[in-house]
Amino acid sequence: MTKLFRLMLAALFLVTCATFTHAGDLDSFKGQGGALKIAGGTAHIPVMKVAAKMIIEAHPDIRITIAGGGSGVGIKQVGEGLIDIGNAGRKATDKEISNYGLVMHKWAIDGVGAVVNPQNPVTELTTEQLQGIFSGKIANWKELGGEDRAINLYDRDAASGTRSVFWKKGLKKADVSPKANVVPSNGAMKTAISGDPYSIGFVSVGHIDDSVAPVTLDGVAPTLDNVKNGSFAVARGLYSITKGDAQGLAKLFIDFLFSPTGQELVKAKGFVAVK
Amino acid sequence: MINAVKSFEHFCRAMAMGSGLLLIAILFMMAFLGWPLIESGRFIALFSTEWNPQGKSYGILPMVMGSLRITLLALFFSLPMSISAACLTELLAPRSLRRLLLIAIRFMAGIPTVVYGFVAIFLLVPLMREYFIQGSGFSIITASLVLAVLIAPTMIIFFVNGMQSVPRPYCAAVDSLGARPMQKFVYLLLPQAYPTFLVGIVLGLGRAMGDTLISLMLAGNSVAMPESIAESGRTLTAHIALVIAADFSSMEFTTIFVCGLTLTLFAICLILSIRLLDHFGSGRVIQVENPRRPGHE
Repeated sequence: MTKLFRLMLAALFLVTCATFTHAGDLDSFKGQGGALKIAGGTAHIPVMKVAAKMIIEAHPDIRITIAGGGSGVGIKQVGEGLIDIGNAGRKATDKEISNYGLVMHKWAIDGVGAVVNPQNPVTELTTEQLQGIFSGKIANWKELGGEDRAINLYDRDAASGTRSVFWKKGLKKADVSPKANVVPSNGAMKTAISGDPYSIGFVSVGHIDDSVAPVTLDGVAPTLDNVKNGSFAVARGLYSITKGDAQGLAKLFIDFLFSPTGQELVKAKGFVAVK
Repeated sequence: MINAVKSFEHFCRAMAMGSGLLLIAILFMMAFLGWPLIESGRFIALFSTEWNPQGKSYGILPMVMGSLRITLLALFFSLPMSISAACLTELLAPRSLRRLLLIAIRFMAGIPTVVYGFVAIFLLVPLMREYFIQGSGFSIITASLVLAVLIAPTMIIFFVNGMQSVPRPYCAAVDSLGARPMQKFVYLLLPQAYPTFLVGIVLGLGRAMGDTLISLMLAGNSVAMPESIAESGRTLTAHIALVIAADFSSMEFTTIFVCGLTLTLFAICLILSIRLLDHFGSGRVIQVENPRRPGHE
């Protein structure tokens, strides 16, 4: 029943999204038509979806498709000219930028927090404990004050932007056990963690909701406020990338993300606005 | 009119040859793109057990083993299930029910894999975690159980078709001797129709080995060498799906062409071996019996 209720709430939220549209932000799309293809980082999707919906509803001639795939896919596909905007949760490497002539647009800041199942009593860890868990040295929840069950590790694929920031700033580049399960997106991570009482993984702060419990790292909780004031250090920019300077619909779309309405959306979805 | 028939013939021939050439072209392309690895002598190193791109080791042996284990285990679960289901639909069930069963099976063959995967995440995975294997529930055995269900309809349909193609007079003769349905199956249908059975098994195996989504969603995808079937493992197909997002010019991206090549070679070996079996099998049937088509009844 709560699921249904949550679903209704989500639907209601989508409907009311239109209420925080600032006057005029959608006007630039007037008279525009055609298709805009977006793909890449899965952390971006919640914001992208609502933004696209607002644009399409106001201007039905515009078609926008949004796909996942991960940061690596976003950078690669925009570089190859397969899509108009590639999303990435990490900076493109110098090699990628020079190879393809990419331009990055950073429109939000996002934290990446470790998460466990809500039933798990362990919700506070130090960086050392986190490193121990992910390298496989700490293999049982009992050692951390939890139940006597093996810890199930969940990792992301190597091209994930969420993983790269978590590995660099959360695990401080410590080894990750090869026995960890690997899931292909932020959404799949949330599904896996919320279904497995003995699991630990990591998701973008924007994705944290009731279905997973955030883990306080060295006394700092992965919340929006802590990311914003800089005390939670495991954070990264969310980028939209174009090949060369953004043009046409892609430019309008990115401008919309930077507009007051777009930045409101960023906040509503649990990210830190850049403006 | 003759001209139209002729050109249609040419069209068909071109299409058939085109699809054959396509397979060869794919093989060549993968070999070509994977060539840097083979040339630099690191090809052998690919069949080591450690996959760790940050540490510059690119062993795909755990994935090869993962693919083989999941595929064979899926067949192990699926074969008894499919044969029994085929017997039920063709021999044991009341006549009125047989058609319904067949319709249901054909419907099952059309269900998208993602639906099976999604349902299994919420039903089978918790079950496995709590009652059967200690661990996350994402494991080789979980994936192969679901794959077994996935490949069953293909196999059942082939088995049923095989049994139906056995000449009616033979069946009538066996029936008139008072054989029970299962006696008919063991002594007449199985010996007569087993080439079709083999083809069904090959297609089932091919589907199990080629499936990406089920193993990606359910097998856990860990890169460690699986020590038991209750552990998390990664198949070649899931590996390709996970690594394809990597940087174009990186080494790990090059290795996935070798994965593709390995996978294709597996499939070719599989088909060749069963074709050989089929060849010898059907040769013997023709020698012992009259030609299998009985003419007009």
